[in-house]
Amino acid sequence: MKSRRPFSFYHLSQNISQFFVNATLLVISFLFLLPLLVVISASLSDEKALAKYGYSLWPQNFSLSAYEYLLMDPDRLIRAYSVTIFVTVTGTLLGLLVMSLLAYALSRPEFKWRKPFSFIIIFTMLFSGGLVPTYLLMTQVLGLKDNILALILPYLVVPWFVFILRSFFATLPQEIIEVARVDGASEWRIFFQIVLPLSTPALATVGLFMTLLYWNDWWLSLLYINDPNLFPLQYLLYSIMRNAEFLTSNASTGLLTSVELPTQTLRMAMVVVAMGPIAAMFLALQKYFIRGALIGSLKG
Amino acid sequence: MIHLTDTPQEKRKARSVVKTGAIPGWLAQFTRDLSRNAPFLLMCLPGILLVIVFSYLPLPGLVIAFKNFKANLGLWDSAWVGFKNFEFLFTTKVAWRITVNTVFLNSIFIVTSILGSLGLALLLNEVRVKWLARFYQSAVFFPYFVSWVVVGMFGFALLNYDNGLMNITLARLGFEPVDWYKSPELWPGILTITNLWKGAGYWSIVYLAAMMGISPELYEAAELDGASRWQQIMRITLPLITPIIIINFLLSVGRIFFADFGMFYYVTRDSKLLYPTTDVIDTYVFRALRQLGDFGMAGAAGLYQSVVSFLTVMFANWLVKRVDPEKSLF
Repeated sequence: MKSRRPFSFYHLSQNISQFFVNATLLVISFLFLLPLLVVISASLSDEKALAKYGYSLWPQNFSLSAYEYLLMDPDRLIRAYSVTIFVTVTGTLLGLLVMSLLAYALSRPEFKWRKPFSFIIIFTMLFSGGLVPTYLLMTQVLGLKDNILALILPYLVVPWFVFILRSFFATLPQEIIEVARVDGASEWRIFFQIVLPLSTPALATVGLFMTLLYWNDWWLSLLYINDPNLFPLQYLLYSIMRNAEFLTSNASTGLLTSVELPTQTLRMAMVVVAMGPIAAMFLALQKYFIRGALIGSLKG
Repeated sequence: MIHLTDTPQEKRKARSVVKTGAIPGWLAQFTRDLSRNAPFLLMCLPGILLVIVFSYLPLPGLVIAFKNFKANLGLWDSAWVGFKNFEFLFTTKVAWRITVNTVFLNSIFIVTSILGSLGLALLLNEVRVKWLARFYQSAVFFPYFVSWVVVGMFGFALLNYDNGLMNITLARLGFEPVDWYKSPELWPGILTITNLWKGAGYWSIVYLAAMMGISPELYEAAELDGASRWQQIMRITLPLITPIIIINFLLSVGRIFFADFGMFYYVTRDSKLLYPTTDVIDTYVFRALRQLGDFGMAGAAGLYQSVVSFLTVMFANWLVKRVDPEKSLF
């Protein structure tokens, strides 16, 4: 309120409705964040207290032992982090290059076969062979079992992103491209020196969604990776959720034989550590994701 | 260098080639097209190659549904068994159960997700304080960035029998604890809430953007005429974003035979006792393939899903085209 307004029922009712809107949204926000808060507080709890009093919004007997334990034998964690980072960076950059080249060609009206080529991609959105034939191909024909390429190659071309990029390229001012062509620039030069620099917003958005896709992927490792050295973060998380083997194998190193083994708090600490980077990135770059959600909504 | 149009000289040249008969006309034309489009073809090459390898090369493998697959014989030398794999699926009611679960749960998800995210968007649209709006948006958008594995852990913190938050709270309120992971009847509800929690942020932002695209003049005019905020929502906001709602609805209906595998696998912790209500086509195919090693049956269930989905996607696309041709796939 900038200045005192004369009393009116209109403003009173507006204030009341604003109060209800904000109260409802506060409750909703709290409920949405609740699981996250519970997991964080569990990771900061004392193991025995957590077992006794259960999960809650506040840490039970605040303790950092789960994190200390993680740091004591961090080899697996570091390895899983490296796999995830390698896969995410390589996949995102390579995917952006391959998809934007493809999308640019498909966006050019003078490319004679752009319709049939577009259809090759559209068809994959209509009909897919499904899990079994793909699994056979990957394991029997391509021999990609326990190969890091199995975590990268299948996601390099996402049809949806190709079409988002294609429609973005189509909105670029065509005169610039024409002028460059008249000046004798090759299609490659036009693409790398004119089109790509003009397309950073679209590339950033698609790149972020690719990053999220690779970082959060557990599907490809669930299918094709058995070698613990190639476990990405998400799959390591799943495997320790499944069995306590992770913990016992650590105990056998002799470091902790006399110490209480944190199991539940350790799992929750793992969740926090695995989620951390993507959550931080999300908070920092939220507006690009929102822009992406908007682009997505323009076409579906 | 690329030529945009056929220059008269080139056309003459092409014709003269035809006349001399050294090379057939169509071939000359084709090589000319080829060289003219060469940069574009090269640009397409890596992407198209990847699509062909990962989306088309698997397709012949669909015949596995009609085979008694033996790994040592390979796909082509394994014996043909006709429809035997399907027979098992459809006579034991497995197909019926997984289809009903998939379609039933997806239907609930579609309706609740649209209503929930629409309601959320309407609420967010009313917030006048900027930093509060940003906080709410972050809070509801955040689950979108969390993997299903992590969601599974979240679920465990809330639902585990001994010390999960839900049972602790129930005990504090004087109720008996519930064995969540062993009570199949509760899971349609739990999964609906999970699905809503995970996706409502994303979709509410999509709807919110559509709402922000509505011209403020409409609201000003309505206000002058004495329309209340509620009337404005019912008469202006909702009618104007209905097309987007319909398109989203149809596109989700097109995918009604695809279940979100991650949710059904990690959030249920693949608990066998929950299969009666949570086993869907995708989890069944995965289990048949990876746990039972029954490639033929997994292939049959998968082919069934592919074919039915193809039909629903085509149908949905046809409907979308009638609503808004710009939004259809082709």
